[in-house]
Amino acid sequence: MLEVLTYPDPQLKQVSEPVTAFDAVLRDFVDRLEATRLAAPGCVGIAAPQVGKTIRLAIVDVSSKPKHKNHGRLVLINPEITQWEGFALGREGCHSVPDYTGNVIRAERIALRAFDLDGREQNFEMEGFEARAVQHELDHLDGLLFLDRLVSHRSDLFRRKNYGENAKK
Amino acid sequence: MDKWYMVTAVGKDQTGIVAAITGALFDGGCHLGEASMARLGDSFTVMMMVRHANGEKTLRSLLEAAVEKMHLHLHVDPVDGVLHHHVIPNLRISVFGADRPGIVAQVTRVLASDGLSICHLETDVAGTQERPIYVMHIEAKGRESAEALQSRLRQAVGAGLDVRVADLDLVIG
Repeated sequence: MLEVLTYPDPQLKQVSEPVTAFDAVLRDFVDRLEATRLAAPGCVGIAAPQVGKTIRLAIVDVSSKPKHKNHGRLVLINPEITQWEGFALGREGCHSVPDYTGNVIRAERIALRAFDLDGREQNFEMEGFEARAVQHELDHLDGLLFLDRLVSHRSDLFRRKNYGENAKK
Repeated sequence: MDKWYMVTAVGKDQTGIVAAITGALFDGGCHLGEASMARLGDSFTVMMMVRHANGEKTLRSLLEAAVEKMHLHLHVDPVDGVLHHHVIPNLRISVFGADRPGIVAQVTRVLASDGLSICHLETDVAGTQERPIYVMHIEAKGRESAEALQSRLRQAVGAGLDVRVADLDLVIG
């Protein structure tokens, strides 16, 4: 198990470096990172810098919430969002910011390019909850926390989202 | 030993209330925990957790000048000072429609009978004077599914009001 750094640890503010070696050492690290994620209650994603390793790698797995469309467990290496569409307000928390949740605006749909553990390029299109989790984790790779994007702790801004949802129907 | 108090100040809204209260507390060596303020119409209220070493009487005397100057009502209660135990709501309930008496009572009665705990409640009267509409947003924590709760609430309030219950999905990353 790896230790999860918590804010205001300055390492969480660092921009991570691309992964260059897709080797056994990387696999071993991913195994330990995943074990760390699984040990954290309700955690749907974890990024390498959260455990003090500033490389561009994150794991996202929202399959524990099956009502949301998802791609299962994703190991995202050197990920890049190539397209954004729409925006939505949603509630986020983070194991690097214990005992706090807040509202953050994220793109509703994204296209994502990343490499897997074998160094193969993969492309995904995702939306909603999974897209939010990916955007949350990718922020960690750029030294950003959801605190940096906080809109409101209160519910009033949800009205706009509700209005948008209804308007589409 | 330091003790926690819940300090509540209520009065007519005016610029500088928070600064006057918190300034007096800071100058008096107090430490603030969590705080929440609300403004409704021209009324203002703030609740703040205050940690202080020298008893309730001294705490009140620290605030005396600010309270008098700004015509506030002050309430001070000793509390346990529970920090780091936020309750995370999992349901969002929206109710809106033509205003009529009893909307909040009917909705919250259902929530209470189901053991749901309200984390946040906000209501507004909108529309026009002739045709007012009531809008209520609640965030709550409970075990009932959004669908089941929605159908129970719709039954409780009857026709004429829109009721929506949605899961408040939390991304923890």
